[in-house]
Amino acid sequence: MKKRIYLTYPKEQVKEPLLYHVGRLFKVVTNIRQASISDKIGLVALELDGEPEEIDKAIKYFIDHGVKVEPIELDIIE
Amino acid sequence: MSYMRSLKCRECGKEYPKEALHVCELCFGPLEVNYEYDRIKEALTRHAIEKREPNMWRYKELLPLDGDPSVGAQVGFTPLVRAKNLGKALGVKELYIKNDAVNFPTLSFKDRVVSVAISRARELGFQIVACASTGNLANSVAANAAACGMESYVFIPHDLEQSKVLGTLVYGATVVSIKGTYDEVNRLCSEIAGKYGWAFVNINIRPYYAEGSKTFGYEIAEQLGWKLPKHIIVPMAGGSLITKISKAFKEFQKLGFVKQTDTRIYGAQAAGCSPIINAVKEGSELIRPVKPNTIAKSLAIGNPADGYYSAKVIRESGGWGESVSDEEIIASMKLLAETEGIFAETAGGVTLGVTKKLIEQGRIPKDESIVVCVTGNGLKTQEALHGKLNEVTVINSRLAEFDELVKANGKEYALKA
Repeated sequence: MKKRIYLTYPKEQVKEPLLYHVGRLFKVVTNIRQASISDKIGLVALELDGEPEEIDKAIKYFIDHGVKVEPIELDIIE
Repeated sequence: MSYMRSLKCRECGKEYPKEALHVCELCFGPLEVNYEYDRIKEALTRHAIEKREPNMWRYKELLPLDGDPSVGAQVGFTPLVRAKNLGKALGVKELYIKNDAVNFPTLSFKDRVVSVAISRARELGFQIVACASTGNLANSVAANAAACGMESYVFIPHDLEQSKVLGTLVYGATVVSIKGTYDEVNRLCSEIAGKYGWAFVNINIRPYYAEGSKTFGYEIAEQLGWKLPKHIIVPMAGGSLITKISKAFKEFQKLGFVKQTDTRIYGAQAAGCSPIINAVKEGSELIRPVKPNTIAKSLAIGNPADGYYSAKVIRESGGWGESVSDEEIIASMKLLAETEGIFAETAGGVTLGVTKKLIEQGRIPKDESIVVCVTGNGLKTQEALHGKLNEVTVINSRLAEFDELVKANGKEYALKA
């Protein structure tokens, strides 16, 4: 399956190669579709392709490393 | 006859067929409905609109349906009230309230977007309609789905008060309460929308859904005698409404229905959830998400999907934004009710509170036309006023006690001879 998410890196994680680690640790294909990175914040629009369990693990990895993970639609609850 | 040409990415401009799509495959930008304005200009006139029934479908050429709506035929054309008493209280000359607190059938502007979304979903062959909502959207989806015989699913966070769910359950909707954080609920809803072939009004049907908000703007222009106001103050949650009011005004100008284009658009948020206002004030393009903490629950969206576009609309119109505290929200709800007899929900208190602030700051001049947008009914957010209003006076059933009460209040009334 494919999943589209927005990642928001906090200041202290901006320099970390988390996407590289995710690609190595889990069986997912990472595909960056948009990105904006400064010294204060990192925003990445990402497509993850793989088995649902592997995608869940990848998302958990991001969250455990302080990265906010949101659906591409942002806040859905209105 | 439809004048809808395609869906178009707001970021890269790539066009897509008129299907249940909402994100650009190329850049993940949001999709928007694109119309054939040249043909609309040939077919539609102010005179033709004026002869139609007083509901939002009088602007049907500018709405994203192939045929007639299958639900919500009576939605819209709510009153634009010339608010003289409130204007006097605020010290301004020409003030109006656009009052969607009395929109049909569920007393909020959401009936505009939902009737478009469900009608379009039916045209696209969907059988089940869904949304994630804690309030007005849930009510409207459940009611409109019921009215056209569709099954509906409404997703809510698990900690929502049960009393709020009543106005959704009554229509027979299946309400699913999801355990987890707000972020987890959002992600799950996105996954469900991706997996099940349902019409999620504010996800896969969003480009059509959002267009319904334009009618709020069209009506204001028509009700002002085919003129745009000089200033308009709009409440912001996800930020879609303010962008669509701007689009409505631009479309009317493009079609030659109104002349001037200098309306200043102002955004209103609660101080406890003001990510868009923060960006406007900082002059930043980046919307920094916040954790909402406000009584204005219908505006409590911490990471607004249209935040970037809302801030842009405000900036480009020469408008501004402000936020107000919970106390200011309540004071403004009371002011609106006491001066104009309009009981708005907390979001209405936000919008009026911000209007008052902007007038006091001198950002909105006192001698130009001003429209305040009220988008929902106060009967839905009564808990916000508990303990904030005068107590009821209790007396025994004796005339003498009432006489004493009148005296105690220091009032004198003429008595019948």
